[in-house]
Amino acid sequence: MTPTIADDAQYWDTSPHHHEEGASTTIGFWIYLMSDCLMFAVLFAVFGVLGQSYAAGPGPQALFELHLVAINTAFLLLSSLTFGFAMLSTVAGRQDRAMLWLGATLVLGLAFLAVEIYEFQHLIHLGAGPQRSAFLSSFFALVGTHGLHVAFGCLWLGTLMIQIRKHGLTGANIRRMTCLSMFWHFLDVIWIGVFTFVYLLGMI
Amino acid sequence: MADTAHAKTAAHVHHPDGHDHGTYRSYAIGFILSVILTAIPFGLVMMGGLESRLLTAGIVIGSAAIQVLVHMVYFLHMNGRSDEGWTMMALIFTVVVVVIILAGSLWVMHNMNANMMPQMNHDGMPQLSGFGT
Amino acid sequence: MATIDHSTTFLLGRLNLSAIPQDPIVWATFVVVVIGGAGLMAVLTKYRLWGYLWHEWFTTVDHKKIGIMYMVLALIMLLRGFADAVMMRLQSILAFNGSEGYLNSHHYDQIFTAHGVIMIFFVAMPFITGLMNYLVPLQIGARDVSFPFLNNLSFWMTVGGAVIIMASLFVGEFAQTGWLAFPPLSGIGFSPWVGVDYYIWGLQVAGVGTTLSGINLLVTIIKMRAPGMDYMRMPIFTWTALCTNILIVASFPVLTVTLVLLTLDRYVGTNFFTSDLGGNAMLYVNLIWIWGHPEVYILILPLFGVFSEVTATFSGKRLFGYTSMVYATVCITVLSYIVWLHHFFTMGSGASVNAFFGITTMIISVPTGAKLFNWIFTMYRGRIRFDLPMMWTVAFMLTFTVGGMTGVLLAVPPADFVLHNSLFLVAHFHNVIIGGVLFGLFAAINFWWPKASGSSWTSSGARSASGCGSWASGSRSCRCTSWA
Repeated sequence: MTPTIADDAQYWDTSPHHHEEGASTTIGFWIYLMSDCLMFAVLFAVFGVLGQSYAAGPGPQALFELHLVAINTAFLLLSSLTFGFAMLSTVAGRQDRAMLWLGATLVLGLAFLAVEIYEFQHLIHLGAGPQRSAFLSSFFALVGTHGLHVAFGCLWLGTLMIQIRKHGLTGANIRRMTCLSMFWHFLDVIWIGVFTFVYLLGMI
Repeated sequence: MADTAHAKTAAHVHHPDGHDHGTYRSYAIGFILSVILTAIPFGLVMMGGLESRLLTAGIVIGSAAIQVLVHMVYFLHMNGRSDEGWTMMALIFTVVVVVIILAGSLWVMHNMNANMMPQMNHDGMPQLSGFGT
Repeated sequence: MATIDHSTTFLLGRLNLSAIPQDPIVWATFVVVVIGGAGLMAVLTKYRLWGYLWHEWFTTVDHKKIGIMYMVLALIMLLRGFADAVMMRLQSILAFNGSEGYLNSHHYDQIFTAHGVIMIFFVAMPFITGLMNYLVPLQIGARDVSFPFLNNLSFWMTVGGAVIIMASLFVGEFAQTGWLAFPPLSGIGFSPWVGVDYYIWGLQVAGVGTTLSGINLLVTIIKMRAPGMDYMRMPIFTWTALCTNILIVASFPVLTVTLVLLTLDRYVGTNFFTSDLGGNAMLYVNLIWIWGHPEVYILILPLFGVFSEVTATFSGKRLFGYTSMVYATVCITVLSYIVWLHHFFTMGSGASVNAFFGITTMIISVPTGAKLFNWIFTMYRGRIRFDLPMMWTVAFMLTFTVGGMTGVLLAVPPADFVLHNSLFLVAHFHNVIIGGVLFGLFAAINFWWPKASGSSWTSSGARSASGCGSWASGSRSCRCTSWA
């Protein structure tokens, strides 16, 4: 290609040059997370618009149990910490310890999911399912999408643990783990928005 | 964007991508700060809140905003260096778009509801209390 | 259409034997497609091309070949989209003075929807994605994109979406809702059969593919530039590609979520966009245009890059105002997020909201105007060669200016109240999209054809085509303006 642009003629080597294997992975995954963030932004916007449309049905104060939400928040926050420790053990090259922390993270993630499934099942049992009102539709969509992400994260975590057991802390596995750690911390950030805008502000 | 010298010398030859993974200490600080910033709003709301609902809401949202920053710094290790600053740039652009989507949608839809004919206004509809008990 | 059985089964959902359309036009098309397809397969088999196609093209991770495959897909879909346009025009000619024309209303509405969906999602998008795929790594001196395998996956997801849309022609029906499928018309109550489902799944599959390809190209530009190529030394097309991919990554997720919510309304019975239990159909319009407005800049920005390269080359001069061109592109990227309400001034958000979005819309025309002046000043006192790409570029400048000025007229809310849903609006966006996107693609194909094929290609027929294209859209816009 002809450089038609710079004021003073500048030339650079346009023959294919070397790129480190996997050098683009973290920034690529980060940009994916940003696009995921926008999906949540839309769901928050939908909740913001429809969150008061109870359609003469139950509202937050009749439905939410804050102590369950508090327990779930604790699970997620702790799991962020354990994942951080897993990451540090990985960087230090201590595979057994990393596996231990990853296992703890997985347990906490599954506990979070169990509580959330219980909550959803309880709401549906009360007759406050996603079909009841626009408020409940947007509630289930937002919280459910976050839950689906956590479920996917757990699946990924399990897969990664198997791979680490099989192949050890190889470069590819560390790269995957870095991506998953960004994903996991990102979900915790989204959860701050969920418990603040959906649960706490709904209960005031 | 204009770090010419950096692009000329360092990029693509050997790329120090600026990712750091933190330390046990930084994770512990982040965790403790997060616990505090979670406990404040939960405690406030579970105790029934302050007299002024507006102030309660302000504290809840404020704690959340600070906690998001804490997570960004201590858990996600955000800095302006990694990948030539593109990590930070992508985040800032995303935050701008998120604000536009949220504020824009709320503003547009609120004004549309406000301009509806009176019989179509659902805002005044009361929520049921004691449902399912 | 009255005899459709709406019951559902486990495997086939709402599809059953009545899904085979009872319409001679569709039958004739089907026969032609079967004969043509069989002929193509016979040729491929005779010349033993299956293995070659499979190994060298379908499974390739080479960005150049994937780019060309995108272009081929877009060309094939252009045939369908253009046939739809001709059918709609024919119906407009025949259906007057009490005559119903040759299409019933269901069929017409499907063609109307398919034309818009195909032209935007499966012609314009594959064209620009293919162009960026082909050119960006070459311009920045990279061997390939950052994630070559993902690139192949993105392409086949786009093909998957196109196949879903094409299948609707012969099995079931397509949406009868217009290209953005506004509820409540697209809800289960008014569109109980499979048309909107085809629409949703076709767009979701292709849309996720587009998002992935956006991430891929964005990372490629960020990480794989040749040593020494800093941002203000990037070729201008790469700059516009960078901004386009930022827009793709930051807007297609909005489309994905909005369509998921529509799907939930249809399948699960939620109440996001329904008319009862608190749902709000206007929220869908708001959300889909938050994606939709950046989308039109996704379509036009890469072609602005093409015109810049073409103008500079065929004027024998350096591009006038490279820096201002870059800033204009970046301004458009950001501003494109705060104009979406001008697509629905008539919704009734009130004077303050309409005024805000009217003003932002007028502001966004400024950087676009700056670009036009840059191209004109590039030509000024240049040694201009009117080769084919340059002819398309001049045709673009004339047509696009008309499209742009009608756009500024439409940005005035009171004028929009009169002109919305009129041929004036239709003429406006066809002048912008045909004059901008399509002419730009023709210019690009002509310009880089020797690079891609190894042989040059020019003919007097193509030259007059470019002149006619410009003349036809110009006269159409005048006619539509006078009708409005």
